[in-house]
Amino acid sequence: MKLFLGYLSILFRSQMQYKTSFWLLTAGQFFIPFTTFAGIWFLFDRFGTLQGWEFYEVAICFAVIHMAFAISECFARGFDSFSSLVVSGDFDRLLVRPRSTVLQVLGSRFEFTRIGRLVQSLIVLIWAVVNVSLDWTPLKLITLILMVISGTVIFAGILILAATMCFWTVQGLEVVNILTNGGRELAQYPLQIYERWVVRLFTFVIPFGCINYLPLLYILGRTDGHDLLYALTPLAGLLFFIPCLFVWQFGVRHYRSTGS
Amino acid sequence: MNTGKEKPQSAQSSQVQHANDGPPRTHTAINRPPRNLKRYVSVFRIRLTYSLQYRTAALAGVATQFFWGFVLIMVYTAFYSASSSDPSISLPQLVTYVWLQQSFLAFVMLWFRDDELFRLITTGNIAYELCRPGDLYGFWYAKLLAQRMASALLRCFPIMIVASLLPQPYRMMLPASLVSAGLFIIALLLGLLVLVAISMFIYISVFYTMSPYGSLLMFTVIGEFLAGLIIPVPLMPDWLQDIVYLFPFGWTADFPFRVYAGHFGHTEALFGIMSQLIWLVALVTLGRQAMKKALRRVVVQGG
Repeated sequence: MKLFLGYLSILFRSQMQYKTSFWLLTAGQFFIPFTTFAGIWFLFDRFGTLQGWEFYEVAICFAVIHMAFAISECFARGFDSFSSLVVSGDFDRLLVRPRSTVLQVLGSRFEFTRIGRLVQSLIVLIWAVVNVSLDWTPLKLITLILMVISGTVIFAGILILAATMCFWTVQGLEVVNILTNGGRELAQYPLQIYERWVVRLFTFVIPFGCINYLPLLYILGRTDGHDLLYALTPLAGLLFFIPCLFVWQFGVRHYRSTGS
Repeated sequence: MNTGKEKPQSAQSSQVQHANDGPPRTHTAINRPPRNLKRYVSVFRIRLTYSLQYRTAALAGVATQFFWGFVLIMVYTAFYSASSSDPSISLPQLVTYVWLQQSFLAFVMLWFRDDELFRLITTGNIAYELCRPGDLYGFWYAKLLAQRMASALLRCFPIMIVASLLPQPYRMMLPASLVSAGLFIIALLLGLLVLVAISMFIYISVFYTMSPYGSLLMFTVIGEFLAGLIIPVPLMPDWLQDIVYLFPFGWTADFPFRVYAGHFGHTEALFGIMSQLIWLVALVTLGRQAMKKALRRVVVQGG
């Protein structure tokens, strides 16, 4: 953990060397999801509701998934750009150090400019939480926080899986974007509106549904019984992470250096 | 929505260009207009064949685009199913609109960029580029145009064919009539020309900022929203739709697709094509001016 914080502070200082560029990019990151959110707002403006979902309820959905995405992009960026480590052969150096590879790859890069994105979705979240009409209980708040944490973990898990593929393919695969960016766009609406197979895929295989749709049902009081079960669904995201780590270990054992 | 980072064009193509160095040079003496045009056409052709090499990448792109198409259509279907108000565009028209967007993504996306040109400017290798005979604006324009053409040529046919065979509600309609099909093709190509003219400004701005990311980000965020990529323009509030058509972005992507879907009538389409032409002339003239100005103050970094 101490090592991780060390990595964090070094990279933060190095990125702060280019202050203007840093703030510009942060501002830009603020505006990217902003237009998406404006889009949702305009759609609700025209249509009123989305199959019984109100605007603020969807806004919570949106904010949770975008926050999770922003945090994971900030911290797990090392896995996102992992193919460059493999291509250049620099991964060899990580292997000879007496620390876990996951920690070192994680520490190889942070994207602090994603804070802009985070701030944007945080504002949306607070705005939606204040405006949505329901009574908040401590358990509901805990569930909300769990949703964000668990979402971050799922995105990180996907990035790790994608990085693991680089052990075999060397180059990163663009198809993975369907899972990260695509998953993000898809899960910003409640899963209920999609076709059956999409709901199943994104609940049981990649548990995005478990981090915003299902627990949101609990928060909005739309469950029929089993409250606690719905409240704890975000934990499924953590379950998703474990096999990802195993796959990673498996990949590391099969790693062959590119040699250069 | 920045789907992914597909940039098959980012690989070096310097060999191709250098191979191209020979012939045009001999043309400098005879600077007649037809010859000039021929030069750009050959740049265009070389770049086109070069970009057509990336077939596997295109296939992966097609898969991604299908995914996006499905997600978007499901979202809109859900919105439509519950709606009591009467939206200005029908669902089948909207579905067609979405598939056209996905097919011609390369004609729409502003972030579809050529990193090589950015590198030329920031590393100072622009000096070589300046030694070339002929006008830099036309040269780059032809290059960017070819890249987008190649990318769209590889993708649009599989997407359009499969999308028109899909079951309802996902099926893409055929054009309303032969006339609208013809108008669509004209509008689409003109839209592409306008888009490339807009994207030239991104490259020109790098002469001043030296870092492409800031201007790229601003252009993409604003431009893609106004081009109807976040939500289709017909679904925007009316006041916003009025604003959209004050900018050139809507003419690049939104307008041709609506002509195809029959959302615009023939006369409206003809007027639209006229405004596209006006925008095109204006943007190219402005772009040439800006480029000339930028080149006058260009500092070639040593090394």
